[in-house]
Amino acid sequence: MDFIRNTKAIARRELVSYFESPVAYVFMVVFLILLGFMTFFISHFYEIGQADLRPFFFWHPWLFLILVPAAAMRLWAEERRSGTIETLLTLPVSMTEAILGKFLAAWIFIGLIIALTFPIVLTAAYLGNPDKGAIIGGYLGSFLLAGTYLAIGMMTSAFTRNQVISFVLALMICLFLLLAGWPPVTDLLVKWAPDWLVNGVAALSFMPHYEAFQKGVIDSRDIAYYLSVMAFMLFGTYIVLENRRSA
Amino acid sequence: MLAVKNLKKAFGPLLAVRGVSFEAGKGEVLGFLGPNGAGKTTTMRMITGFLPPTSGTAVINGYDIGESPRAAKKQIGYLPENAPVYGEMIVGNYLAFIAEIRGFTGLARNKKVDETIETCRLDKVKHQGIGTLSKGYRQRVCFAQALLHDPPVLIMDEPTDGLDPNQKHLVRTMIREMAARKTIVISTHILEEVEALCTRTIIICNGAIVANNSPAELKAKSRLHGAIEAVFRSLNQDILGKIKRLSSAAEVTADGNTVTVLPRDAAMLFREMTDLSRANPDWAITGLRTLEGRLDDVFRELTGGR
Repeated sequence: MDFIRNTKAIARRELVSYFESPVAYVFMVVFLILLGFMTFFISHFYEIGQADLRPFFFWHPWLFLILVPAAAMRLWAEERRSGTIETLLTLPVSMTEAILGKFLAAWIFIGLIIALTFPIVLTAAYLGNPDKGAIIGGYLGSFLLAGTYLAIGMMTSAFTRNQVISFVLALMICLFLLLAGWPPVTDLLVKWAPDWLVNGVAALSFMPHYEAFQKGVIDSRDIAYYLSVMAFMLFGTYIVLENRRSA
Repeated sequence: MLAVKNLKKAFGPLLAVRGVSFEAGKGEVLGFLGPNGAGKTTTMRMITGFLPPTSGTAVINGYDIGESPRAAKKQIGYLPENAPVYGEMIVGNYLAFIAEIRGFTGLARNKKVDETIETCRLDKVKHQGIGTLSKGYRQRVCFAQALLHDPPVLIMDEPTDGLDPNQKHLVRTMIREMAARKTIVISTHILEEVEALCTRTIIICNGAIVANNSPAELKAKSRLHGAIEAVFRSLNQDILGKIKRLSSAAEVTADGNTVTVLPRDAAMLFREMTDLSRANPDWAITGLRTLEGRLDDVFRELTGGR
């Protein structure tokens, strides 16, 4: 009872915080403009002449690389810098409630920005007859990927009271996990590492899972992959914060 | 009711708090005094459950902060040092959030927020962003946050730090208004505040308690306690000599036309001094008073900073 109420209250407060400062609007506008630019001018959405949103979804992992760590960096770093973490953690809330509440708020916030890309779906539907399954899958994959990035950003935010450090760390970890399955990275490993390590690193990568969603294949294993990475990172956040507290 | 039991806190090799124990009951305002870095804030953070203690615990209204932190935290209102509150939020929304966490929902929540805003005189800034407020208002927002659920135990870390005299007065008035119904612990290094507010004083130095008395008892420890200060129209060596010869005078110092006599025996000194002044009307004494002793002397003595 307390658990749900507190998590909800913390999530709502965090969301209000996003929207009571200009941050939310800057994020939205920048993300939407960049995404539009990439889709139409770099991937040539019109010129390809297909009612297919792949050139659109292709850019999500790359733009999230900037957007999501930027949205996540303040979650704990700012609490620690300004000292509000002391007021928060002396309220009758548990660490788990605080972490989940903040995570959900940031995820809803990013989800909202993703949802605001809906005009491109309308455009595709108006121009042709796009595969609905692929669109739903694409959005689901994108939302899950954003959540995973977010969980990573949340953990790096707990490391430090400096938002810039949090941002750069999160970006590096996300970039690594994004590229881990790509030949240029695996080739580096193949030369010296045993097969199991190469495969292990490649299997960690976001990309294969993300691409499956884009094809409209919603596989419970892909969902489980994202959720388990999120759970792992949130648990990491918990450990880091508990350690910081007793230090 | 607050019972602090042998709290210890080590940061690596540094022992910041080395065994602090005290109790405070309803109606008490406990002044927590000590030089900077003595361990006041660390102790308060352990009592409120922000820092886990290395050993020892605090029991708040029967709930142990280590064993049942949620129940214990419900009994506490806490104003941390420097009043940290979310700068990007609007006052009303922030207090609504606190109310929700404190278990008020719907109409009860709005009512509670309005009540608190009234008690803390925040009505003028209800719709303002906290980041745009002056230090005094921000302090009051944090104060409101601590008071909202009308907690039986109130813990405040330097509640008047950095406020102007009017604001200090207001905060003190608010504390005094609710003192009878609560157990209050205030940390401060402003000694006049202790005299103005507290029923008992704990002085902490290097992480350990060095005194636990009422402000009056503490003052009695002062060298100046029971001393007599006399002001003459014109002081001369003859007068000084006579005072110095009093059997009850331990030490006599003169500054301009003012003489301060430290007592060997306070009651005796008072009698001898009044007799002496009556016997010599030509001395033209314009002022004669007994000193209560000064807290800052006692403070310096006990905490070793002379």
